[in-house]
Amino acid sequence: MGSLFDFSDYGALLGLVTNSLIAAALLGVVGGLVGVFVQMRDMQFAVHGISELSFAGAAGALLAGVNVALGSIVGSLIAGALIGVLGVRARDRNSVIGVLMPFGLGLGVLFLSLYSGRAANKFGLLTGQIVAVDTVQLSWLVGVAVVVLAGLAVIWRPLMFVSADPEVAAARGLPAGVLSVTFALLLALAGALAVQIIGALLVLSLLVTPAAAAMRVTASPVLAPVLSVTFAVVSAVGGILLALGSSVPISPFVTTISFAIYLVCRLLSWRRMRRGWGRRGPAGAPAREEDLASAGAPA
Amino acid sequence: MSSQPVTMTTATAAPPAPSDGREDRTAPVLSARGAAVGFGDRVLWRDLDLDLAPGEFLAVLGPNGAGKSTLLRTILGHQPLAAGQLLVAGRPPGRGNRAIGYVPQQKSMDTATPLRARDLVAMGIDGTRWGPRRRSAEDRRRITAALAEVGASGYADAPIGLLSGGEQQRVRIAQALAADPKLLLADEPLLSLDLGHQRAVSEIIDRRRREHHAAVVFVTHEINPVLGLVDRILYLVGGRHRLGTPAEVMTSANLSELYQTPVDVLEVRGRIVVVGAPDHPAGPSQHHDHGPGADDRSPRTA
Repeated sequence: MGSLFDFSDYGALLGLVTNSLIAAALLGVVGGLVGVFVQMRDMQFAVHGISELSFAGAAGALLAGVNVALGSIVGSLIAGALIGVLGVRARDRNSVIGVLMPFGLGLGVLFLSLYSGRAANKFGLLTGQIVAVDTVQLSWLVGVAVVVLAGLAVIWRPLMFVSADPEVAAARGLPAGVLSVTFALLLALAGALAVQIIGALLVLSLLVTPAAAAMRVTASPVLAPVLSVTFAVVSAVGGILLALGSSVPISPFVTTISFAIYLVCRLLSWRRMRRGWGRRGPAGAPAREEDLASAGAPA
Repeated sequence: MSSQPVTMTTATAAPPAPSDGREDRTAPVLSARGAAVGFGDRVLWRDLDLDLAPGEFLAVLGPNGAGKSTLLRTILGHQPLAAGQLLVAGRPPGRGNRAIGYVPQQKSMDTATPLRARDLVAMGIDGTRWGPRRRSAEDRRRITAALAEVGASGYADAPIGLLSGGEQQRVRIAQALAADPKLLLADEPLLSLDLGHQRAVSEIIDRRRREHHAAVVFVTHEINPVLGLVDRILYLVGGRHRLGTPAEVMTSANLSELYQTPVDVLEVRGRIVVVGAPDHPAGPSQHHDHGPGADDRSPRTA
């Protein structure tokens, strides 16, 4: 165990990864917020599909010698658009993703096998390369994050309505299709961001796990995103800080922290359910006595 | 063999005055003239003439696939008319009409939904607003009042996914009422509720229309839970319809003609029992060009 961690020179190392820490924190914020809707809309599989196509785009860019971040964004946007347009219904969506994903992964593997540059670049796309975030890359990441956050701010409430209660939202005239495609594109941008930082194979640990954990312990539409963001930032930033003193890559730390938080939240929710979460308080202004009596018995 | 709909003379009779007798509330909330809806060559209903007054309670009855839910979809502007005219609060049906409150068929919310009962009601007020904005104190007051009106204050802060079916249904009604609709559309709101909740939900809706003069279109396959509350019944069967008070519509002669088969309507201890009505009555066209089972298909999914 002594060889796994070595925290001497920690301060000096910290200075070298400032950009990475900023990138990780940004990804935590974006992933935590997007994740809430990933949970509500059952799009976990879509996250994985988007990351594989994003990987293919990044690998293609690496091979062509152009900006890897751009390639990753183009790949994930194509995936997001296809998923958003072809898969409004969950079942259609999953089959579209099931078809896209192996194709994207295969394409990516092909590009990487043709690429003759540094091997670390190849591996990084799949499992993360966060330490390598330079200033140029960081400005890309910040730009993408700002777009996603701004987009989410605009559509947040209608998207929440459509995701939780599609029939009534449609009756109120909300455009379910437009919202579905818009969210898929924002999700794609978040996915591209995540592929850059923790790698295509591990994107789920920041776009799915934190929100899943948060929604285990709260049903508040304010607290759920706040907790989700907190969990994602703690996982991403904490992963880097731990990895600095270690010879192991960053991603296993990120995924492990994220998973540990999820386990704790599950445990908390299990205990809370046993004690009766949502137990009824006294009705403030009941319609009438007999209503109360019948309301007391859960179905 | 008659492909023409049977229209009763009472169909266009003036609706009853609102219960408190205020005369200025007479402009119909919902008005149909010769309205028809069909999918392809299958006519769901036609020649529908209807004026729904403020505060009026209309029950829409009929077998599966008769076009009950499609009527609601038409009013919501999701389904165009094949013929005729429809006005909702004086305007043609359009998406997002704020005069309409809608209670969909009861469907359990996902247990992981990050919303409390209060938040679902809030969506009825500001769920369609784009961009970040703080909820006003006035909106919060309306949300609390709507929850109290349906007797849901006791679980206002409970996760919506953990509520029972009947509790969720009350919250859905609170959501529809929070925006103070002129027209309340309810699609089988009593389905899968126990008797206590059936009565409670019916009475909440009835009270709203009496006190706030919201007109109610109440789709149901079971008239008895609301028999004492409804002003008129629209009975849809295979392209034909009857419109009138319960006493006018619910007769053996009427229902036999609608179903085109002998049907007995019995009154037993204040309840109406319909005997002999087929689940899948003959459609309006005498030649059955659609295959067997086509009538099973709900028009909503067509």
